[in-house]
Amino acid sequence: MKKFLTAILFAPVLAFASGVELHLDRAPDKANDMAALQNGAKIFVNYCLNCHSASYMRYNRLKDIGLTDAQIKDNLLFTAEKVGEPMKIAMQRADAKVWFGVAPPDLTIIARARASEFGSGADWIYTYLRTFYRDEKRPTGWNNVVFENVGMPHVLWELQGEQAMGADHKLTLVKPGKLKPQEFDAAVGDLVAFLKYMGEPVAEFRKQLGVIVLIFLAVFFVFAYALKREYWKDIH
Amino acid sequence: MSKMNAILQGTLNWVDERFPLTTLWKEHLAEYYAPKNFNFWYFFGSLAMLVLVIQIVTGILLTMHFKPDASLNASGVPVAFASVEYIMRDVPWGWLIRYMHSTGASAFFLVVYLHMFRGMLYGSYRKPRELIWIFGMIIFLALMAEAFFGYLLPWGQMSFWGAQVIVNLFSAIPFIGPDLSLWLRGDYVVGDATLNRFFAFHVVAVPMVLLGLVAAHIIALHEVGSNNPDGVEIKKKKDASGIPLDGIPFHPYYTVKDIVGVIVFLMVFSVIVFFMPEFGGYFLEYNNFFPADPLVTPQHIAPVWYFTPYYSILRAVTYPLFGIDAKFWGVVAMGASTLIIALLPWLDRSPVKSIRYRGPLYKGFLTAFIISFFILGYLGMLGPTPMRTIVAQVCSVIYFAFFLLMPIYSSLDKCQPEPDRVTSK
Repeated sequence: MKKFLTAILFAPVLAFASGVELHLDRAPDKANDMAALQNGAKIFVNYCLNCHSASYMRYNRLKDIGLTDAQIKDNLLFTAEKVGEPMKIAMQRADAKVWFGVAPPDLTIIARARASEFGSGADWIYTYLRTFYRDEKRPTGWNNVVFENVGMPHVLWELQGEQAMGADHKLTLVKPGKLKPQEFDAAVGDLVAFLKYMGEPVAEFRKQLGVIVLIFLAVFFVFAYALKREYWKDIH
Repeated sequence: MSKMNAILQGTLNWVDERFPLTTLWKEHLAEYYAPKNFNFWYFFGSLAMLVLVIQIVTGILLTMHFKPDASLNASGVPVAFASVEYIMRDVPWGWLIRYMHSTGASAFFLVVYLHMFRGMLYGSYRKPRELIWIFGMIIFLALMAEAFFGYLLPWGQMSFWGAQVIVNLFSAIPFIGPDLSLWLRGDYVVGDATLNRFFAFHVVAVPMVLLGLVAAHIIALHEVGSNNPDGVEIKKKKDASGIPLDGIPFHPYYTVKDIVGVIVFLMVFSVIVFFMPEFGGYFLEYNNFFPADPLVTPQHIAPVWYFTPYYSILRAVTYPLFGIDAKFWGVVAMGASTLIIALLPWLDRSPVKSIRYRGPLYKGFLTAFIISFFILGYLGMLGPTPMRTIVAQVCSVIYFAFFLLMPIYSSLDKCQPEPDRVTSK
């Protein structure tokens, strides 16, 4: 009986060993770095928000990351007229489908959707945006390590430059861009931090509130437990 | 003050002459005598009631803003999916209500599983409590239906494909299968018609059934009285006024005790709601943050954790029988795995009720059953491989053997004698 129990206990360990591995770089944590989040918002509006919408996100929500209505209006409001409007785009989905083969997805909650057992959604995007390489077989001239045969071209190429895939399956920078590799990684880190923020703008407040709720419950517990002891002292 | 009391007493008398308010209060709380030796495992009944209330209240609030509509909005996002994100962002405290509801779904199954396990540990399903167990099992089935219907509503990829897989199971039934699944869906694929009817079931039909069954469950319990960790009947030893010697009034003793349990539960619940609402992808699956897309099949479709043991049993059946597809027999096995639990009162032939006085045979089988249940649950979250299928098959056999062999091993077992009165620890 015991032998048998041990056997079924360890069976899943054997059963687990299979499946495709995906190696992701860890995205830097900049959740409380307002300058990084603001820079990320700027990159997002300039490079992403032409083809991708963020239709659940309203412009004036960006006050969360330390911007004023006036700053939002002057620097970021390209696709709408009022700061209360969501971040939509002018491109028609039907046209986009013809141009890219697939309509670019809405990016509001992409950082939540891309999470997996291999890493957080932020890790996935951080790795994805840094692993585009030249591939003449693709209609756009670009391919990607994380997202094979992706429909999107390398939008940030002027910043990163061009990478090539070697025979050893490693990427090398063959043509430098405007930014040095470290600067580019930092810029993508800012963008990813912004995407993560946008995926759940309430996340930081949620954690702060959670601490208060738990303290309240702990105090409540002390009184409730004392009451229980008082009532039960005669029960043996 | 005395005038105030007189008015209150008068009002109470007026009501009591027309409705048995005082009688109900006494029968179910102030003079309902529960055994004094309830332990940790006895918190989960009242916690299940608490979670039911949380789900109903948060559910009503969500219904005010959710839109069961599968059509695409101007940004190409299904309206239902966008309305959930609207709740998360633009509805004041909407994120909290939604996370409480999504965490509540998992919490419901957690406390109900622990509540059922308590029944198995202490033989709470045995005579005279068979009907309580049957009502409880129907509650469990209704709860699974409720969870299944509710999971479609956010209209994400896992919502859509999970419903597609489960409804397609019905098409495995010979002759009527394909028409049946078409009738259930209301369309050839899971679509707007399916979303709307699942919404109706989730917010009206199943909750009504659940509430009625919970009432029946409690009325039946209070008719026969609660079991306890020793599995002996406290009603056999009464004092001169007819009150069980080992019984204490539910109110105030167990009301004040359950408040402590409620607070501990709420602390665990809050840790999840405020710090890890996705719970590593187990409570909110990552893929469900992609809107439903009938043209993109996910590589791996996994049900939420509370369904995975039965899903594993479904997939473990790989042999066709009597010329009918293996899929059909998988559905039969899955159905049987949930229904067979209801037969426990008649399968158990042990002279004692509680695990405390049972022999090694029952303890061994129960341990093997619990381990198999966990392994099946774990495997149900993963994609199938030949090795995993074999493990799932072995565990499925143990799962059913626990029930089907119970009449034999429970009567052969070497039990210890039960005490006359409950023991306090």
